[in-house]
Amino acid sequence: MSNLELCITYQNKFTKLQKISFLLNTAIKGVIKAEFELNELVVTVELNELLNLLTFLKLNPQCQFEQLMDVCGVDYPEREFRFNVVYNLLSVSLNQRIRVITQTDENRAICSVRSLWKNADWWERECYDMFGILFSGQPDLRRILTDYGFNGHPLRKDFPLTGYVEARYDADQHRVVYEPVSLTQDMRDFDFDSPWEGIITLPGDEKIHDKR
Amino acid sequence: MTNDADQEKIFWNKNSLEPSQEQEAVIKGITGAMTDKGFVVAKLDQLINWGRTGSLWPMTFGLACCAVEMIHAYMPRYDLDRMGVVPMGSPRQADVMIVAGTLTHKMAPALRRLYDQMSEPRWVISMGSCANGGGYYHYSYSVVRGCDKIVPVDVYVPGCPPTAEALVYGIMLLKKKIQRTGTVIRV
Repeated sequence: MSNLELCITYQNKFTKLQKISFLLNTAIKGVIKAEFELNELVVTVELNELLNLLTFLKLNPQCQFEQLMDVCGVDYPEREFRFNVVYNLLSVSLNQRIRVITQTDENRAICSVRSLWKNADWWERECYDMFGILFSGQPDLRRILTDYGFNGHPLRKDFPLTGYVEARYDADQHRVVYEPVSLTQDMRDFDFDSPWEGIITLPGDEKIHDKR
Repeated sequence: MTNDADQEKIFWNKNSLEPSQEQEAVIKGITGAMTDKGFVVAKLDQLINWGRTGSLWPMTFGLACCAVEMIHAYMPRYDLDRMGVVPMGSPRQADVMIVAGTLTHKMAPALRRLYDQMSEPRWVISMGSCANGGGYYHYSYSVVRGCDKIVPVDVYVPGCPPTAEALVYGIMLLKKKIQRTGTVIRV
């Protein structure tokens, strides 16, 4: 196939997203891989090149991802860089979406993208609140959802489900006080595969065993 | 009033009667006494209770999805206004606090402050599983395991969320509770 034919095939056959995928895989520095998962383009990128890539995705006329849908974290405690940070972008003008993933740990800060998208402020605050992921260049890196003076980052896998403190009104001090958690009954982790606990098959749900 | 025997009869709503002919007779008799004499005689504490149960003003305060059912109770189908239950915009004018929804740790001091701002006498209805005991979020790091840890609760309405009928029933139970409480403090 000649170069011209290749060009024509490239122009006609590939979808917009496939072209972006091709572009990212070949022309952009720091992209580890860009591939399709369930018809969605997922780009994995090195931490240092993240801001460059996102700037490219926002400004390039083929991409035009004007909107930042969300920034979220994923925790893999066994990994060296335990956090995935996921950016979901939307292009309204070209009707396409993309997902950008990068990795970090508790100490390495990610470059804030508030210069590209204003709403990144709250997303990054939430990401910091829930995972303790740091964002450099973010002047307002406060907690956003959890209680004032909250200790820990609740969406980390090593955070205990019931937390550390609970609130109670103290009639003597006339205010709400915080005390260490004391539960009268611990959380029960139901094991539906064990014959000794719970019902294995719910009535009318027998087909579930065929799929296992 | 025509004859002497009728004048001697005292109409007395002794045990807060159910709707019946008997109750009709008492109501007619008391109305008659009002038009005839211009006054009726009542016990002060019961009169106060009658006033309180007839105008239970809850604070407009929704924390989660239970608030939607609370709104249903205010809306025309159940129409709590007809029972004198009118939502108030400020805790200072309110008698009842309906804790409708999940109470989080972050909200707890604010809830207590709102309760403290309400004037006496005041009551609290805990509405829904989350407010009753944490419910679905009982083991969560951010949710108070029952709003009775923060404010004293008079009536617990179970459900997730309770239906509007359940809340209306809860309010009726609170009225009963108020009616049998002595209100005049004797020193």
